[in-house]
Amino acid sequence: MSGSNQEDTHRTIERVARESYGRLVAYLSSHTHDVARAEDALSEALVAALKTWPRDGVPENPEGWLLTAARHSFIDLVRHQRVAEASEPTLLLLRNNATEEPLSMTFPDERLKLLFVCTHPAIDASMHTPLMLQTVLGLDAARIAQAFLISPTTMGQRLVRAKTKIRDGGIQFEVPRERELPQRLDAVLEAIYAAYGIGWDDMAGADRRGQDLTEEATWLARVLLELMPDEAEVRGLLALMLFCEARRPARRTTDGRYVPLSEQDPRQWSAPLLEEAERHLVQASKLAHTGRFQLEAAIQSVHAERARSGRTEWAAIVLLYQQLMRILPTIGTHTGHAAALAEAKDPAVGLAALDEIDLGSVKDYQPYWAVRAHLLQRLGRSREALEAFDRAIGLAEDPAVRQFLLQKRG
Amino acid sequence: MQFALMIYHSPEEFDKRKNDYNDPYLGAWRAYYKALVEAGVYVGSDALEVPETATTVRLKEGKRRVQDGPFADTKEQLAGFIVLELPSVDAAIEWAARCPGASSGAVEVRPLAPEAKRKGFTG
Repeated sequence: MSGSNQEDTHRTIERVARESYGRLVAYLSSHTHDVARAEDALSEALVAALKTWPRDGVPENPEGWLLTAARHSFIDLVRHQRVAEASEPTLLLLRNNATEEPLSMTFPDERLKLLFVCTHPAIDASMHTPLMLQTVLGLDAARIAQAFLISPTTMGQRLVRAKTKIRDGGIQFEVPRERELPQRLDAVLEAIYAAYGIGWDDMAGADRRGQDLTEEATWLARVLLELMPDEAEVRGLLALMLFCEARRPARRTTDGRYVPLSEQDPRQWSAPLLEEAERHLVQASKLAHTGRFQLEAAIQSVHAERARSGRTEWAAIVLLYQQLMRILPTIGTHTGHAAALAEAKDPAVGLAALDEIDLGSVKDYQPYWAVRAHLLQRLGRSREALEAFDRAIGLAEDPAVRQFLLQKRG
Repeated sequence: MQFALMIYHSPEEFDKRKNDYNDPYLGAWRAYYKALVEAGVYVGSDALEVPETATTVRLKEGKRRVQDGPFADTKEQLAGFIVLELPSVDAAIEWAARCPGASSGAVEVRPLAPEAKRKGFTG
């Protein structure tokens, strides 16, 4: 086989792996509750594919091939480790299923159940996102650890612990009943949002808690939307992330300097992404069930409107923040509201709103200090502005944001 | 509990110390210290002279082996340390990530060992 063919095969394996990983892990583990072993089995199947597909060609149904191979390795793994009798029914089930005709095989998509398992209340909340990234997208522990600022060993151990709890803790692979659904769905949305890692991102050089998993997060949101097309907040979340993605190219100059939203050139925003975001937001609003993600997306939508009208409707943004404060009264929302008020009315009004926020809660919240510095500067209170700038600079994590604020500080 | 943030600099970063007071890099450091103090987590800190001033001493078979230069021959060298009072290693990592030294060199986070100190160890 020629080199380019081999490359094609490798690309095919990569694509199939990416698209099918979550489906295969979900299916294998929904019967057995053993996520870790399902992942091991699948990675063995992928290794086998890398060996045989370049030689024999890509099978007609690559996903079915992988499932069959993964089932066989799963059974081997279980046998090898001589598991307790309790898992015999599982073994039987797998063995029966493994005799199915591989090429015509279709299997149910259990990813939604897997997403709910990853964000189950019995699982430590800090592990919801890492679990999703690993089980649904197949990211390795090292990559996840990097995004979460902890050591790969620690992340690996925490993932193992969480998977053991899923296996032995009686967590059911099921979509929650209607009564529990809203709360459980919130946890799924939160976990995807955490992967996206956008904090409050607006004017005056507010810091971004970049976790650099934006692409993965968007992928997860698309998977979730495919599985739950009628949930307004799922669309709201996807819209929010797409609005932010659309602005990505404008957030840095070519030499890497930070550009705040108010100074971004709308021509650099991605029109197709904005359109897609807008479409999801409109569809979400038709479902008549508003929520935080739709409100946050709506705020982004008003900002995006500047690409057409050349101006920002700050009064509309203030109203949206006021609605948001009722359901999500975080420091971020209050800070965003104050910043919008300053633009809609005047800096003094914005500053008064900032003054209402409890000082104890903003000791290490960078955006508060960035907005405060900006408003004090506009009000000509230069001594206090310098103080606030120092706090914002000292709390900044992104070197580009730090540089931007140092320049503004003067 | 207390953590040490140990700051490792490249030679270029050590050089920046000679810059003028208004240099943005030095300004970022001043702002960082201010934020630490204002957040109420600062315990103490000190900077070290450049690695060229270091002398490493070992005793091998009763003989002094004195070497001109730092202990490890690496590009990045210990430049200073900050001790912080924090509830968890996660909080320490947060502060390490904000440290201006983290974007060009590296910051090592380690809990202090009060137990070892109590027993009379300082190494």
